[in-house]
Amino acid sequence: METQLVIAGQPIRSRFFLGTGKFPSYQIMKEAIIASSAHIVTVALRRIDPQAKEENILEYIPKDCIVMANTSGARNADEAIRIARLARALGCGDWIKIEVIPDNKYLLPDNAQTIKATEVLAKEGFIVMPYVNPDLADARRLRDAGAASIMPLGAPIGTNKGLCTRELLKILIAEIELPVVVDAGIGRPSHAAEAMEIGAAAVLVNTAVAASDDPVLAARAFSLAVAAGRLGYVSGMSPIKESPQSSSPLTGFLC
Amino acid sequence: MPITFYDQIVKFSRFDFEDFFRQAAPKDVERVMDKEALSENDFLLLLSEAAFGSLELLAQKARRITWGNFGKVIQLYAPLYLSNYCVNDCAYCGFKHSNPITRKCLSIAELKEEAKEIAKSGIRHVLLLTGESRSQAPLAYIKECVILLKKSFSMISVEIYPLSVNEYAELIAAGVSGLTIYQETYDERLYSQLHRQGPKSDYRFRLMAPERAAQAGMRQINIGALLGLSEFKKEVFFTGLHGYWLERYYPGIEVGVSFPRIQPQVGNFSPANPLSDRQLAQAIVATRIFLPHAGITLSTREAKELRSNLIGLGLTRLSAGSRTQVGGYALSDKTEGQFEIADTSSVDAVRHMVHQKGYQPVFHDWLNVI
Repeated sequence: METQLVIAGQPIRSRFFLGTGKFPSYQIMKEAIIASSAHIVTVALRRIDPQAKEENILEYIPKDCIVMANTSGARNADEAIRIARLARALGCGDWIKIEVIPDNKYLLPDNAQTIKATEVLAKEGFIVMPYVNPDLADARRLRDAGAASIMPLGAPIGTNKGLCTRELLKILIAEIELPVVVDAGIGRPSHAAEAMEIGAAAVLVNTAVAASDDPVLAARAFSLAVAAGRLGYVSGMSPIKESPQSSSPLTGFLC
Repeated sequence: MPITFYDQIVKFSRFDFEDFFRQAAPKDVERVMDKEALSENDFLLLLSEAAFGSLELLAQKARRITWGNFGKVIQLYAPLYLSNYCVNDCAYCGFKHSNPITRKCLSIAELKEEAKEIAKSGIRHVLLLTGESRSQAPLAYIKECVILLKKSFSMISVEIYPLSVNEYAELIAAGVSGLTIYQETYDERLYSQLHRQGPKSDYRFRLMAPERAAQAGMRQINIGALLGLSEFKKEVFFTGLHGYWLERYYPGIEVGVSFPRIQPQVGNFSPANPLSDRQLAQAIVATRIFLPHAGITLSTREAKELRSNLIGLGLTRLSAGSRTQVGGYALSDKTEGQFEIADTSSVDAVRHMVHQKGYQPVFHDWLNVI
């Protein structure tokens, strides 16, 4: 039986979350959000210009979406905390995706600093969605620090390699009571479906949609794959077998 | 771990580049095409004449990598020349000490005029430039400029004389996020021939400036060689190696690479090794494949049409509406420019061109939270 995704007490309409970076234009980004029916969209605060004479990205996000600012550019907990507070001051609300990335080559997150930022921001009333390497002990620390969900990576950002961390994701999904949202590395709709089939609460995609030849079509494809994967998970699919099996190898003679 | 990048360069002092290039074959290049992470030798192969015939395939690979790591986005910035006083006498530079040009250092009132004019165009990232004169444009003056400009711009970078770690830290505290510093040539012998006098004659001090800035906590560091001084394959190779080294030992910084080609300037310096547009494209795509996460900048030194065509090959940053004179944006008593600008398009025209190419022009992509 399908259940509603709820994060921090708020019902979320879609299990497909969309990042807003890397699109060829804000108009295409807007059309992709609409085509995917995403309810939660992430926006890098560094891209929001309060003094903009140019187009403002926020004007292109449908009003019924939840804007989740992210702390892209933060190298440590202190910078992430400052960016989160700035996001709130600029009217971006309380949803914050914490990204602490001290490594510009592989773009891998720093779990220890992310936990530290989560502790502070959760106490300040933020709905904290931390982006992390999938580590069970750290996921428990984040849960205890007040995170609203855990967002482990499937593969390094932008690589489109899919669920390279599949076995670790399965452990987090099994052990952490919070929604587990697979973020980063999902490069094909089939990867998104696979994440949902193993029980992820949602997936977040950006590069694979924004950098495709047709981002609007790609957004829809991922959204459909997420929905299909979720239905597959809820339906309780039969396990995958190592070798072929006839339907009744031992008792067929009885018919 | 080598102590500095200089140690890395020394490793190649006996490497026979000519022999390597002679032996490089198209089949070697094909093998590199399938690799995800390139070795130093692979990078050199992509810069060789053996790769010339595979340029289209290399360009397609470079484009895919850029889309994956940066998306279809081009950041725009503008240079702002603060001062053209210079104690060095670099053979190729319009600002060299011996050139009989008008010298000027912007007053704070003049800087406000310049900033106002640049900000009007929508530009939010400025690159501050000076010649090397600690007496005419001292660090205290540059810091004062930065503090003033912070009110109008979201990102401030500098392209000034090399500093110590502590001095870079002072600039960062004032509000600087990025450093651009070109080694001009990585060939130490040629370097000493071209920089015979002044503090710039110290090859190692300049070479290690990016490391000092990284140690001070600089966020974005942009390097490059002045293309045309020496054989481009080796210069681009060492630039790429420099970027790789910085990424490896200072993972917190965003490394960028520029490809400045020598343009005509006062003094009529003729480059000994001019490179063609096709060679410039090869340099850009090879660098993109070797350094998938590095920002790549092409300035208005290059013509509008070429810049437009190279966008899809790996560029991530363009200057726009540039003036290379001190006072070039708003003042009537502007100086001569440092070099001739080939793309004289307005910021609006560059924005339009980027849109036309199917990319998003981005003016604001930075938060200074230090």
